[in-house]
Amino acid sequence: MHTTIEELDAQAQDILIEYEGRDLKPRERIQIPLQEMPSQDPAIRVKNMEEVALGYTEAQVKAEALRCLQCKNKPCIAGCPVAIDIPAFIAEAAEGNFAKAAAIIKESSLLPSICGRVCPQESQCQLPCTVGKSLKDVDLSVSIGRIERFVADWARENKKETTPEVGPATGKRVAVVGSGPAGISAAADLRRAGHSVVMFEALHKAGGVLVYGIPEFRLPKTIVEHELKTLTDMGVEIRRNYLVGKTRTIKDMLGKDGFDAIFIGSGAGLPRFLNIEGENYVGVFSANEYLTRSNLMKAYDRDHSRTPIYNSHRVAVFGGGNVAMDAARTAKRLGAENVTIVYRRTEAEMPARKEEVAHAKEEGIEFLLLHAPLKIVADAKGRVNGVELITCELGEPDASGRRRPVEIPGSEKVHDFDTVIVAIGNDSNPLIHATTDGLEVNRWGNFIVDEETLETSIKGVYAGGDIVLGAATVILAMGQGRQAAKAMNEYLATL
Amino acid sequence: MNTILSKERLSAEVFRMEIRAPEIAEARKPGQFIILQMGGEYDERIPLTIADASVERGSITLIFQAVGESTHRLALLEVGDTIANLLGPLGMPTEIKHYGKVVCIGGGIGVAPLYPIVEGMKRAGNDVTVIIGARTKELLILEDEMRAQADRLIVVTDDGSYGRKALVTEPLKELCQREKIDCVVAIGPPVMMKYVSLTTAEFDVHTIVSLNSIMIDGTGMCGGCRVIVDGKTKFACVNGPEFDGHLVDWDNLLLRLSTYRDVEEEAHHRCHIGLEIKEGEA
Repeated sequence: MHTTIEELDAQAQDILIEYEGRDLKPRERIQIPLQEMPSQDPAIRVKNMEEVALGYTEAQVKAEALRCLQCKNKPCIAGCPVAIDIPAFIAEAAEGNFAKAAAIIKESSLLPSICGRVCPQESQCQLPCTVGKSLKDVDLSVSIGRIERFVADWARENKKETTPEVGPATGKRVAVVGSGPAGISAAADLRRAGHSVVMFEALHKAGGVLVYGIPEFRLPKTIVEHELKTLTDMGVEIRRNYLVGKTRTIKDMLGKDGFDAIFIGSGAGLPRFLNIEGENYVGVFSANEYLTRSNLMKAYDRDHSRTPIYNSHRVAVFGGGNVAMDAARTAKRLGAENVTIVYRRTEAEMPARKEEVAHAKEEGIEFLLLHAPLKIVADAKGRVNGVELITCELGEPDASGRRRPVEIPGSEKVHDFDTVIVAIGNDSNPLIHATTDGLEVNRWGNFIVDEETLETSIKGVYAGGDIVLGAATVILAMGQGRQAAKAMNEYLATL
Repeated sequence: MNTILSKERLSAEVFRMEIRAPEIAEARKPGQFIILQMGGEYDERIPLTIADASVERGSITLIFQAVGESTHRLALLEVGDTIANLLGPLGMPTEIKHYGKVVCIGGGIGVAPLYPIVEGMKRAGNDVTVIIGARTKELLILEDEMRAQADRLIVVTDDGSYGRKALVTEPLKELCQREKIDCVVAIGPPVMMKYVSLTTAEFDVHTIVSLNSIMIDGTGMCGGCRVIVDGKTKFACVNGPEFDGHLVDWDNLLLRLSTYRDVEEEAHHRCHIGLEIKEGEA
């Protein structure tokens, strides 16, 4: 049964009556029940694109913050890629000092509204949480991400945010390539140091994967626009429709255009396919294409968008990550009657955030686990009408530490699908590497950088995010953007 | 940015626009394309091959056929208007070098992107024969421009209303029979490029084609433009748009181009309503 936001709020009010204002012992704090994230009713939300998770109410955020033990050793901070002072902001949230809480987060993270929504907290800050450890269940850890989201949203909606201060002009010019999470965080820190910063984006809208990849129902685009506006308010110039490597080479930007340093955060951006038979039939899409049509080009709004999206009834999504969940849930919202995640391992090995998997299930997405695609079949017109799958079992752990799926001979079967979405990750985009002599990459095409400074093999050129990490997360990309900006600021000071 | 400097109607449904875009003009090479988006929240991204460019004027020239809703709307823009979003140059340039005897073939609107290649091939010292074709005389474009560049020009129309009544493959085959051709470049409808490739394969003549597969971003990110070349999946936007015509899986390309045909036909019909281009003219 779906619990409404009003019901959840009433429960939180009761908790506050019982616990608020008292000097609580850790044992009592642990007894406070975890606050569920209010969400749109699944039956309703599969028919709209609006955000699924509604965010805590004020009572809920206080109740959840009371669960925090304020541990001396602060294990959660070590779990955060940008080392936010988590206990400090939670303590402020518990007191209702939301502006203060938001300011504490902003010291370390530029995009809390976004990270509160898309970070995989269960494998980061919430993994070592003492509350979760005591209750022997990571899902019962303090909901750090939900509290973060609340205070960030509160500060934005109540206009209590502070635009980061910009230092005195240094006269140095810096280019930031790509306007996704890595580029945004690098640009902010470079600008704060007083450099003139120009950010280059290839698409007609800035935001990178936050705009073309992550759907509206998980990350409203108005939030991304707001964060980008903070950058422009700080004086960062954003140039859209500019493809570095094509419109201009890195060498020309350093030479002719006079940039003193460049940060490249161009993303992974080259979808991987399985290389199985039938993958180029009509009705097979990369998740990037499917999501870009829906998100960036607004194809979900069929009455208005001039970009078409495929009419699907039975959709198979290959993959088990967040992107696979996003694609599956988008297909469902676009009217597909049956959407199935096909994953060759089990749910335990799925890289997607637990919340996304749970939301997908609530929305009626089916999960065909321990199945691997062998080939895609089509009708006489080349339109997909089935996928041959083979059943797997789990064998020994592989290099990633996850148990390797082993195909069971003789278990092949053709399943009835009219659409296939391939969401098995991305390779590095080759454009910059192909047009930049001396830029070293590894065998997957990821830029090779100095571990500490993130400088590439070219002096003054730094890189971070997926172009270095392979397909990773928003927060890791942000962390690298900041790490590179720090080294760049030091480098620029020597010029 | 991206201001329309001049506009000309080359035929009932074909328009030429010169657009101010100094950075693209400087970087572009023959064979490359741009993607434009008209600026509205719901507007699509349209790939168009660059027909010409002038570094001095800081401009590029696009020649396009009003075939769909978006190209119709583009055709309604006037001198002084701006194109909100213009990205380029995209794709790999044509491999222009000294081949010897080169035949450049353009069909329909494909004559436009062929023009800078003809120019380049001439500049590289090749003997260049140009074959241009269209369904009918009204749709023929750039005849004078091509005549000025080419060593010889052959004009064909499907209905014989102008030039020779033939498909481009007929004069091509005769040329191949008569002398050793070193390279053929063909740009036009996929079916034309397919039959050009089949024709030249008989004579073992290296053939370059430019593929117009469906794409969104044009930077390699979406993979919608993938084509099968020599049995391998390639992305037309970053690996192409030009490929060896003898290695392209034409049937797959034609299938993939039909992906949204049902949706597009509906939109095409709708787009004539309210636009000044009459049904039947485009």
